[in-house]
Amino acid sequence: MNSKLFSNIARFVILVFLQVLILNNINFAGYVNPYLYVLFILLYPFAGNQSLFLFLSFLLGISIDVFEDSGGINAAACLVAAFVRPNLLRFSFGISYDHQNIRLANTPFGAKLSYILIMVLLHHFVLFSLEMFSLNHILLILKKTLFSSIFTVILTLLSLTLFSKKYR
Amino acid sequence: MQQIFNFLIRNKNSILFLFLFVVSVFLTIQNHSFHKSRFVSSANSITGGVYSWSSNINTYLHLDEYNERLLEENNKLRNIISNINDSISVEKQLDSTSFEGDYLFRTARVINNNFAKIDNYLTLNRGENSGIKQEYGVITSQGIVGIVDRVNNEYSRVISILNSRSRINAQLSNTNHFGSLVWDGKNPNIVQLIDVPRQAPLKKGDTIITGGRSLIFPEGLPIGSIKDFTLDQTQSYYTINIKLFNDMTNIGYVYVIENVNKDAIEELQDTTNEQ
Repeated sequence: MNSKLFSNIARFVILVFLQVLILNNINFAGYVNPYLYVLFILLYPFAGNQSLFLFLSFLLGISIDVFEDSGGINAAACLVAAFVRPNLLRFSFGISYDHQNIRLANTPFGAKLSYILIMVLLHHFVLFSLEMFSLNHILLILKKTLFSSIFTVILTLLSLTLFSKKYR
Repeated sequence: MQQIFNFLIRNKNSILFLFLFVVSVFLTIQNHSFHKSRFVSSANSITGGVYSWSSNINTYLHLDEYNERLLEENNKLRNIISNINDSISVEKQLDSTSFEGDYLFRTARVINNNFAKIDNYLTLNRGENSGIKQEYGVITSQGIVGIVDRVNNEYSRVISILNSRSRINAQLSNTNHFGSLVWDGKNPNIVQLIDVPRQAPLKKGDTIITGGRSLIFPEGLPIGSIKDFTLDQTQSYYTINIKLFNDMTNIGYVYVIENVNKDAIEELQDTTNEQ
């Protein structure tokens, strides 16, 4: 339990620093940045306390916002992603997810991809909608959501593969 | 009563979610209104510390380029000095040193710079302790950067000209037609000058400078050159695309400008308005 707690705290801190110091400065093709810090929300223990999870997601988003001077857009996006996660888990992995301690690394690729993709798309859509804050830019919002999501999903899959521990 | 408690406990996650969501939307709206973003900004000691630590490394990698810029600026300044000795009339030069009135310059380093979003900010490694206050102008030797909007003891946050809320008075260098400098959020090297009257004679490549109607920037600082221009829907005002002299994606050291007479001028304007 303690090692789980420690690894989650470490993940939180490392992802925030990675995001604000490196990933926010990529600006691929002018504006496409990956938002890899969503990984914290994706990997948070499935059986954990939901209220604490919501609060931690808010904290994660607001930490990024403080660095980025963006008000509360990341916090709001993280909250939405965290709030729908239980439903999404049921959708992607079937009803069995809360009965047994499944690990993301051991799930079938299709289910994993749908879980990550929907979470990332949702998070990015809320993020960019709040950033633009106007319906006149709906096309730009969708464009940014799409390209950044592709980038984020690829990076997420890569880091999951890189840092997955193999259990037999 | 029991039922109310049961309801609250059953829905505690949804209530927590709604509460935190309202908080973050509130912060977002605050951030969208000029000068009201009091709560969340990168001008605090934690983010400032992290950013200045990372910019120490980053600055080191760009030393060559910064040296070159310094050389260029020294060269320009030396030219002006020799001109002053040569002739009595000092010609108006397009340089950050040509201004009228009392302005105080301070140096600072940019420790964080955004340019990919719609609303971009910069963070400087100087704050109130170094005499920096709100509404001071920020420039480089090549052009303007933005306006200070939040200060704490050691760091300050600057609203970049690449921000949807930034409006800076600017004019043509050869005539006095002026307009407002805004940004459409697309290209970090191109900004727009709007509300320039149709009568203004425009040519591609003409220089745009800061206007004298703002109390923040001295008149005559270079901003950029005209890339192209179109008439707006009413057919009476130009919208001009301006290529910035500054590379907004790579700003190392900046000057923060204080208008010494600003308070006096504002006081005068206020008394005039009251009467």
